[in-house]
Amino acid sequence: MKEKILEIISNYNKDKTRLMDILHDIQSIAGYVDAESIELLHKELGISASQVREVISFYHFYSSEPLGKVNIYLNDSVTAIMHGREAILETFEKECNVKEGSVSEDGQFGLFHTSCIGMNDQEPAAIINGKMFTRLTPYRVKEIVKDLKSGKDIKELIYEGDGGGRNALPGIHSMVCNNIRRRSALLTHDYTPFDVTKKVLANTSPEAIIDVVEASNIRGRGGAGFPTGMKWKFGRKAVGDHHVIICNADEGEPGTFKDRVILTEFPELVFEGMVIAGYAVGADIGLLYLRYEYKYLLNYLNGILADMRSKKLLGNGINKIEGFNFDIRIQLGAGAYICGEESALIESLEGKRGEPRDKPPFPVERGYLNYPTVVNNVETLALIPKIITKGSDWFLGLGNKASAGTKILSISGDCNYPGIYEVEWGTTIKDILDMSGSLDVQAIQVAGPSGALIGEKDFGRQISYTDLPTGGSMIVFGKERDILNDVVMNFLNFFIEESCGSCSTCRNMTSVLKERFTKILNGRGVKSDIDDLLNWSELLKVSRCGLGQTAANPITSSITNFRHLYENLIQKDVVFDTGFDLEESVKASCAAVGRQPILHNM
Amino acid sequence: MSKKIIATASLAGCFGCHMSILDIDERILDLVELVEFNKSPVDDIKKFTKRVDVGIIEGGCCNSENVENLKYFRENCDVLISLGECAIMGGLPALRNGIPIKECLAEAYLDGPTVGLNTEKIIPNDPELPMILDKVYPCHEVVKIDYYLPGCPPRADLIWDALVALLTGSEMDLPYEVIKFD
Ligand SMILES: Cc1cc2nc3c(=O)[nH]c(=O)nc-3n(C[C@H](O)[C@H](O)[C@H](O)COP(=O)(O)O)c2cc1C
Ligand code: SF4
Repeated sequence: MKEKILEIISNYNKDKTRLMDILHDIQSIAGYVDAESIELLHKELGISASQVREVISFYHFYSSEPLGKVNIYLNDSVTAIMHGREAILETFEKECNVKEGSVSEDGQFGLFHTSCIGMNDQEPAAIINGKMFTRLTPYRVKEIVKDLKSGKDIKELIYEGDGGGRNALPGIHSMVCNNIRRRSALLTHDYTPFDVTKKVLANTSPEAIIDVVEASNIRGRGGAGFPTGMKWKFGRKAVGDHHVIICNADEGEPGTFKDRVILTEFPELVFEGMVIAGYAVGADIGLLYLRYEYKYLLNYLNGILADMRSKKLLGNGINKIEGFNFDIRIQLGAGAYICGEESALIESLEGKRGEPRDKPPFPVERGYLNYPTVVNNVETLALIPKIITKGSDWFLGLGNKASAGTKILSISGDCNYPGIYEVEWGTTIKDILDMSGSLDVQAIQVAGPSGALIGEKDFGRQISYTDLPTGGSMIVFGKERDILNDVVMNFLNFFIEESCGSCSTCRNMTSVLKERFTKILNGRGVKSDIDDLLNWSELLKVSRCGLGQTAANPITSSITNFRHLYENLIQKDVVFDTGFDLEESVKASCAAVGRQPILHNM
Repeated sequence: MSKKIIATASLAGCFGCHMSILDIDERILDLVELVEFNKSPVDDIKKFTKRVDVGIIEGGCCNSENVENLKYFRENCDVLISLGECAIMGGLPALRNGIPIKECLAEAYLDGPTVGLNTEKIIPNDPELPMILDKVYPCHEVVKIDYYLPGCPPRADLIWDALVALLTGSEMDLPYEVIKFD
């Protein structure tokens, strides 16, 4: 084993910035990263053993403890739960003889929960040994486990056949479905791959490309909505030995899955968008950070890159343009929502824990390996070739004044037609609900847990950078859903799980809020608890990055828009209650020593 | 002016905070001019005999007796103060928080290095004994607390200043050194 591990390390030229890949490779042959491997990594890469350990412990899909031979990661997003996750979990636990969060005694099965895996339109879903299984039912779980026990290869386990579109290609061969239900500017097939690279770049200056992008008014589709043209301009101006273009395909906001579909059906648009960005910014390094959950797309995407290289659409002197050297490498993540934040993503690309950096300096000034770096979302980049081909006026003609173009929405939850909808900015929530067949709607979560939970009175509002901004996640909740217990609690747990832990506000306040919120759910709340929740939420705004800054949104927006749900739960004539429960708190010790609790007079 | 009534208690604490109360040295004579002690280890009064103006609590709650005592104080005191780290945050005893109670009891009575005399391997479970809580709670997680005086222990001057401020209705100076963490 030692030789194999040394070989892996030398495959990456003992480069510590490639630690992510090295750990993936070690895990794929050894199952986990043991103490001996950690020691070897320390010696060979010149970093301390604790640096290796802190990286392993940071990411959900690395382990320094033995895992199962088969490892099942069951998604725990709110949509999965709405679609019957509990029964799936029970069936896995029973059939594999293992409790969630552990490995079975025979070492055969590991069963773990995991945050949203980007399959909200086909839940419940799980990742089993890196492969995606969607629309699970207890019946299918039994079949799958039976086959696994009989020693069948994971590849043979697809009962439903392949999902539609390119999911059926041999390079992907996955049961994942695209569910594209509305196409507009981006998702239409009116595009010949690499035409811009071949026909436009040679006779257009980088500055002119940036001018078109700027004139189109396109803003980032990853959530923050920064004007893309301006970002590129800053990147071009910044001084450095190299310049870097990063495509952010970490897509971790619960409820979004549009980047998954774009990467499946329109990867050429994304890669060409990166090439154009590289040309405009003057970059030579291109990186696409692909979330681990989408590993099933990795070989397929690498195949397209290889094809581009062979056609001189990547590499040195692209399309014979002198001095235009640009190549793209795909970096696989390892399960951490925070790595979607651009500076955390860069840390991760450098082989470290994905902890956001202090800003400034912003990535455009000092990013990957301290080179000027432009980070853009998959959807942003995929729109670029179309904007260059059709012109900025075409793009400005779509959407509304503040928000040009279209937005790809990922709609899931209590709707008849979950899936991908490309709509123009300015579309109202009501229209979105109508087009997705959402009936009897109580609430819709716009832009994921970090966005807003809105009710009927706001259904006339529009998605737009100035009204309801969104990275595309839309989760619909029907009238019968328990918003506080099921939705808000799920989102709170998500932020607690995914906080990187750097800021004390984000690390602690999220749990403090959950405690107080739980007290209300337990019927021990008083009116001042609601005020406390709102006031304490303010504290989170001093956190370093967007995760902490928005982590209280499930609380604040549910109080703002569904205050009656809280008021129904709080005690009417009690003004103060700590929520302390003596009976509950002595239960464990009385059981441990074997005595009956005595609770009178207390 | 009639004397204000004071009561004190040490729950899951080490009596260090009470020692610090005594550390006000000869000012204790002035204090006696200002206040009358009711239930307190200082005078060994076990039960409240009248309504109390200010109750001072040292230590958090690690068992049911602490809880009972704390609630008793809350019922009988107009103002209740958490005095010191253990009352405010659980302090040293709270180091066990996060370890399942079963493991704590096993370490204390069955497996630890000092259990040699417990040859019968008994974990005390007499109904007369207080019941151990699942974790150590700071006082404000059990009852309403009005004021907090930080420190481990809080300095005697701080206690003195706070009492004088509270009893005379004047404002109190809380310099940074008193409330910083370390
Ligand atoms: C906690 C957090 C998670 C994020 N996740 C993503 C993500 O998954 N994908 C993405 O493109 N941007 C994400 N972002 C936004 C990025 O930091 C960055 O703004 C974006 O990738 C820039 O690309 P754009 O300008 O094209 O939108 C996230 C931000 C935060 C604070
Ligand atoms: S806000 Fe949260 S996720 Fe962001 S840097 Fe701070 S601790 Fe990490």
